[in-house]
Amino acid sequence: MSAAVSVNAGPRRGWKSASTWIGAVIVGLALFCALFAPLIVPHDPFAQDLNRRLLVPFWMEGYNPEFLLGTDQLGRDYLSRLIWGCRISMLIGITVTIVSGLIGITIGVLGGFFGGRIDDAVLFAITTRLSIPVVLVALAVVGLLGTSMTLLVLTLGLLLWDRFAVVARSTSMQVRNLDFVAAAWCAGCSRFRVLTREVLPNIASHLVVVATLEIALAILLEATLSFLGLGVPPPLPSWGLMIAEAKDYMFFSPWVIVIPGVALFVLVLGINLLGDGLRDAFATRSRT
Amino acid sequence: MLQFLFRRLIVALLVAATVMTLAFILTRLSGDLAISIAGPNATAADIEAVRKAYGLDRPVLSQFFDWVGRAATGDLGNSYFFQTRVSTLIAERMPVTLTLGLTGLSIALLVSLPMGILAAVRENTGFDRAVQMIALIGQAMPSFWLGLLLMILFGLTLGWLPISGTGSWEHFVMPGIVLAFSAIPALTRLTRAGMIQAMGSDYIRTARAKGLSRASILLKHALRNAAIPVVAIAAVQLGFMLGGSIVIEQVFALHGVGFLAWESIAKNDFPVVQAVVLVLAVIYVALTMVSDLMNAVLDPRLRA
Repeated sequence: MSAAVSVNAGPRRGWKSASTWIGAVIVGLALFCALFAPLIVPHDPFAQDLNRRLLVPFWMEGYNPEFLLGTDQLGRDYLSRLIWGCRISMLIGITVTIVSGLIGITIGVLGGFFGGRIDDAVLFAITTRLSIPVVLVALAVVGLLGTSMTLLVLTLGLLLWDRFAVVARSTSMQVRNLDFVAAAWCAGCSRFRVLTREVLPNIASHLVVVATLEIALAILLEATLSFLGLGVPPPLPSWGLMIAEAKDYMFFSPWVIVIPGVALFVLVLGINLLGDGLRDAFATRSRT
Repeated sequence: MLQFLFRRLIVALLVAATVMTLAFILTRLSGDLAISIAGPNATAADIEAVRKAYGLDRPVLSQFFDWVGRAATGDLGNSYFFQTRVSTLIAERMPVTLTLGLTGLSIALLVSLPMGILAAVRENTGFDRAVQMIALIGQAMPSFWLGLLLMILFGLTLGWLPISGTGSWEHFVMPGIVLAFSAIPALTRLTRAGMIQAMGSDYIRTARAKGLSRASILLKHALRNAAIPVVAIAAVQLGFMLGGSIVIEQVFALHGVGFLAWESIAKNDFPVVQAVVLVLAVIYVALTMVSDLMNAVLDPRLRA
């Protein structure tokens, strides 16, 4: 599907397109916030002060210049919590993708490369995985075992490997029949060597694209689970949790849910823009 | 055709059996169920009583085969909390979830088919790029957040729609829109890509050469071929929507199957949780089968 789109695509794709750069800048900024959160937060994101609850953000009348994005219902600085939340989102997005990538790529490459019975088993695993309702099962696991970051990452990682497996399977199936793989076999390379030195590097670009999109998906899911109260444990400022905690105040002070929501939306959009850009950049390169 | 059907059916049954096993393992993850059910203040005697009452003192394997054997006959066990049959509970809640899912799917199709077709016809114009941007936005929009924003806008500011509950059709408008958002990006992209491919094919050139009208070429010839994958994916999307509606049911307080699962997780009501996982998975598998069948019926080339 995507191949058909990119061949007919518009004049500016990949790194020539503004949207790729917008995505890269957003992701860069998010990475910066995530890495240096403890150094750049203007206030302690956990410090409560009931005397300054629900201060308004800078675009509204009577804001406090010390708290640019206002404060939440417990008087915690919203900007600091937002920056800290970015750290949580990125941390979970990346670690979940590492776990799901390891599982999905292993399964997919095995199926695509060996074919036959192994591939049947792999296809069956993918079909089964797709039939399992992700949000429900993740909620059930966290609900039964308790909220913790490690558990959340493992649960999502164990659930989100399907796209990695699908892409790794189909691409390694194509690569397996190419001449350089045959040459490696002839040169007497071991199965393991052919897989790791010939197949994997040649499907890596596709996997990078999947990885970016999976990070975005994992971030969205983490926010959803935290919103439902079964994700990141409070008082950690996950954006989903911030929205859940502020929900009761949203009809009087809508900005309390608007701010973390916009942050979440912009970050996921940025990652997706970058992912689409990377896909087009790789597609252009392989055509020339 | 029969052989194709038969093969798909076998795979579907195997998937259902696997999910059944996984759902069973899932609810046993916390270790001793009796301790969680009895609650934090229970004495050792209470826990023992609970264990006996719910049959948790039997070997795990015998519990497992009991659940599989009963589930195969449609008996999904009894709810610990509601003290009624799980199948009755799910049957009571299913209409709300199905209404929500079908509303969402209808809205998604009504939006994405015209958008995808127009974007394909005007490929690489500003309109096309705007449609692709909308798809990207839909992909990045957290559904629970969109739900809350719509509540503020339509419920509070404009006062047009009720913000929670299931009393009338108006209650399903906002949740339907939110649910549709999750399917619109994929459906729009697929329609657009399918139409672009169809418009470039030989039979469309032939139709043009015969001097057929533009509308007839687009709607009768191109769309019919482009619609095959879209129709198929729509069925699969409905499956995803039913599974994902748990979030939206919670936001809008719609008492459907998702809400039931959510309550049951909070109450440690394991028979309900494992049954809902199983039912949603079976519905998804059935829908993918319908999707494959529709593909085969609509496109004879796939029957081989």
